[in-house]
Amino acid sequence: MRQRYVLSPGFIYYVSLVILLYLPVFLLIAFSFNDSTVLVFPMKGFTLRWYGELLRTRELLISVRNSLVLGVLSSLAATLIGTMAAIGIVRFRFPGRGTFLAVAAMPLVIPYVVLGVALLVGFTEAGIPLSLWTVGLGHLVINLPYVVLIVAARLTGFPANLEEAAMDLGATYWGTLLRVTLPISAPALVASFLTCFTTSFNEFAVAFFLVGTDNTLPVYLYSQLRFPSRLPLVVSLAAVIVVSSILLLLLAERLRRAGQPSMWKGEA
Amino acid sequence: MTDLAVELHDITKIFSSGHGAECEEVRAVKNMNLGIQTGEFFTLLGPSGCGKTTTLRLIAGFEMPTAGEVLIQGQPMSKVPPYRRPVNTVFQNYALFPHMTVAQNVAFGLAVKRVPRAERERRVKEALALVRLPTMGDRKPSQLSGGQQQRVALARALVNQPAVLLLDEPLGALDLKLRKAMQIELKHLQQEVGITFVYVTHDQEEALTMSDRIAVMNEGVALQVADPVTIYEQPATRFVADFIGGSNFLTAMVETVSGDRVQVSIAGERVSAQRGDVSQVPGQLVTLAVRPEKLSLTRADQPVAEALSGTIQEVIYIGTDTRFIVGLASGETLEARVQNLGGRGLGEFAVGDPVKVGWAPGDARTLTA
Repeated sequence: MRQRYVLSPGFIYYVSLVILLYLPVFLLIAFSFNDSTVLVFPMKGFTLRWYGELLRTRELLISVRNSLVLGVLSSLAATLIGTMAAIGIVRFRFPGRGTFLAVAAMPLVIPYVVLGVALLVGFTEAGIPLSLWTVGLGHLVINLPYVVLIVAARLTGFPANLEEAAMDLGATYWGTLLRVTLPISAPALVASFLTCFTTSFNEFAVAFFLVGTDNTLPVYLYSQLRFPSRLPLVVSLAAVIVVSSILLLLLAERLRRAGQPSMWKGEA
Repeated sequence: MTDLAVELHDITKIFSSGHGAECEEVRAVKNMNLGIQTGEFFTLLGPSGCGKTTTLRLIAGFEMPTAGEVLIQGQPMSKVPPYRRPVNTVFQNYALFPHMTVAQNVAFGLAVKRVPRAERERRVKEALALVRLPTMGDRKPSQLSGGQQQRVALARALVNQPAVLLLDEPLGALDLKLRKAMQIELKHLQQEVGITFVYVTHDQEEALTMSDRIAVMNEGVALQVADPVTIYEQPATRFVADFIGGSNFLTAMVETVSGDRVQVSIAGERVSAQRGDVSQVPGQLVTLAVRPEKLSLTRADQPVAEALSGTIQEVIYIGTDTRFIVGLASGETLEARVQNLGGRGLGEFAVGDPVKVGWAPGDARTLTA
């Protein structure tokens, strides 16, 4: 049995896929500890100096801070607005509801580059100066569909009569929202926020078009690629981002699944 | 004036879906009039889609009537939202809050109404004791069995001391044995707390077991509102006779009428029955309804005052009883149910035997509708 499992085509497919996906990431991390400015085998000695240099590069630290603030604020806004939209779509019947959902999900299918150019044209025409705020608005547009879809799925997943039960027991609409709907949706809200934050923190194309004088981290990274001597620095930074992004997404996924009691799974 | 807990005055509820030309309308409840007395165990009984749950939701306030008015304790409810009505609901799938403990679930209504903590805790304890779950307060609903969840839902509603408790098929998800035990328990509980219960079910046996009065509904109309005995023994319409317990139906012609009795002829043979409707006159075609267990079978060569002749077509053994399917001269068939007791029932007749089918005149009924 065990022998067949190891040799099965499915297992070989799985292993190849994992290698394809994660070998480059692994190489990135490996090279970030390599004591050389060129990324070729054989590696030289082990070093932490690129990481040390990261911490000494002021513009880089500023861009990290910018990206963190941008990510937190735009994700909070996206989670708030997207949750309201999801509640509207799932719990209320109104004319144009289908169209509304389609429009809300639209940014998912528009390439970020196109979206970036479009927003750039829009802001320029409207006379709004480019800054981290415009990047934030761009990220809000990108992130809204994720929030709407994640939260709507959660709302559809629990029976609407939990809300009716709350009202039946004397809770007003807002009381029901605060005591029942939002607490039960909490894992979806946190997962939405983390997904948005990861997207915003990594996003390059839209930020590249909309950023003013304050760089976000991905934009800064890209600008550094022009200097060959900076390459190891970029590599070690990329390693940090990849690892922390993966950790965040794992956390988001765990939270999305958490707290879904088995109670309503088997029910019609 | 009798003390009415709930009144429905000429209630109509129309659900519409789609827009403009494609608009489809469903009349879920049609011109319903009902008066439910205080302290009564009242059941809305009918097949799925008959409008019974809609009626319950109209009382709870989750739906607003298209026309007509709902009164609770004499007060019009047209402008009162669900959270301000003196009613509580036990939902079909219990609808317990999964993120709260059992005690928090039960305390929900009291917490919303800002009842002081000490009183809240005391009443939650009492409610949990009432449904015999005194030690389960700290568990999550998902850790309880279906029957226990059902009790928590009951406690959560009763703790608010509503004027009327609405129950939407609360036993539907339980297995047969537990359901039977809970039927008795619910009835006792209702007598103990003295609250008006409005109970929705499609299970006729459940309705007969528990109710003070039953409204039999079909296609949005209450066909008959009466106590269980009247519903079973004197069904008003063919639907009621068929839905509750099952009946045989034969086409018959009214021959003579005297008081509440009629004599009818079926394929030339004369039999007597209760007169189901005072409008019935000689010469009229009616439906004769008679229940399988009320029929008595005798051998064709025995003298019987009033009976229909037929032939045994099928013998079906079902444990306590034997079902005999009898083909009549008119081409219609009757089902007779005979208890397997003292030489009666199984083995008494075989397929092809000629028999006579009779009944006591009070056990059959002529229906106009």
